[in-house]
Amino acid sequence: MGSKLKVATCSLAGCFGCHMSLLDIDERLLDLLEVVEFDRSPINDIKTIEGMVDLGLVEGGLCNAENVHVLKHFREHCRILVAVGECAITGGIPSMRNHHTLKECLEETYIRGVGVENAHIPNDAEIPLLLDKVRPLHEVVKIDHYLPGCPPSADAFWYFLTELIAGRDPSLPLQLLRYD
Amino acid sequence: MCPDSAKTFYLDNREIPFKEGQTVFDAAMTAGAYIPHLCHNPDYEPHSSCRLCTVIVNGRPFASCTQPAVAGQMVQSDTPELREMRRMLTQMLFVEGNHYCPSCEKSGNCKLQATAYELGLQDNHFPQFFPKRERDASHPDILLDRDRCILCGLCVRVSRDIDKKNVFAMTGRGIHTVIVVDSPSGELKDSKATAQDEAVQHCPVGALLLKGKGFEVPIGERIYDKASISVHSVEAFQAREAVHG
Repeated sequence: MGSKLKVATCSLAGCFGCHMSLLDIDERLLDLLEVVEFDRSPINDIKTIEGMVDLGLVEGGLCNAENVHVLKHFREHCRILVAVGECAITGGIPSMRNHHTLKECLEETYIRGVGVENAHIPNDAEIPLLLDKVRPLHEVVKIDHYLPGCPPSADAFWYFLTELIAGRDPSLPLQLLRYD
Repeated sequence: MCPDSAKTFYLDNREIPFKEGQTVFDAAMTAGAYIPHLCHNPDYEPHSSCRLCTVIVNGRPFASCTQPAVAGQMVQSDTPELREMRRMLTQMLFVEGNHYCPSCEKSGNCKLQATAYELGLQDNHFPQFFPKRERDASHPDILLDRDRCILCGLCVRVSRDIDKKNVFAMTGRGIHTVIVVDSPSGELKDSKATAQDEAVQHCPVGALLLKGKGFEVPIGERIYDKASISVHSVEAFQAREAVHG
């Protein structure tokens, strides 16, 4: 057990599609678990990373203060940090809100939204503060590798992880490189 | 003067034959050597604005789409430095616009995306600009989405030279350059543009799209699902040469 690589994963401003695609490697998960063990991840519901892990896979971009906090926690605790999927790499679909002001977005949803009753913008201390703009990960922390795709296919995940674990350059070959 | 058949130059140390008046780009593609390009469409006058087809000729950089082939010249295209320059140019095109590949109707048929695949781009390196650009969906058959425009100028050239309509032009300077439409309101619906115009057919990205055609071809069967842009564009170029000579 001690020799297994430790892997942590999280989803920030994403849709969990990248995590679903990772699970889509199907029975190859068993082969993967021969060489890695999961630390913090929605897969096992561990909430924080204790000590250092070898590999961090981060899905989603940054849309609120908690996303930034989690990303910095991952950077501090992961030897290799990977931006997984379009949202992590470019901001992706959530960043479409960047063409409007935050005020416009909140009012459209909570004031003028269809069927809204008791219209007001939520302002509870428990709710993470939204960032002015959605940003990709590399604008805030150093990213070591990028795994593009929306989501990256199961084969892209498998290729990337097996190459990285083998100590080789995990850049995707042409047939696995997709942005959609 | 030597006969046409004897004229050659060297591209990455490979001997490339050419005809009098041919550009480095045309001769290379005829010989099956792909040079990345975005603003150039061999059916129309070259523009040499995207600079992706830059090659080194006798030690100096030139856009191969406008550079005449000369017998005996030494041309480099596939070098680590030029590959890196092309990667950087393509990354800048991505961050300067709003290119949402996952939700774009052009995905899989887009030359910008396919060129980025060819160059092995896995990230955009630079900070995203997220510019605010106007979309024109006023026309019943045509969508102009400036978010996706890379300012290749192909629609401007084709509308002027082939359609003879001058529907499109560029205005502004530098990062503020945008495509504008010639009509009293500035909107496409009041212009002479029709779905049959050549200018609408050749946008390399999803900036000019025919409405009602999005996602018509399923994933897996789109142009660049089936062949990389290097293979596809060389085949298309050679097929065109076989017809037009």
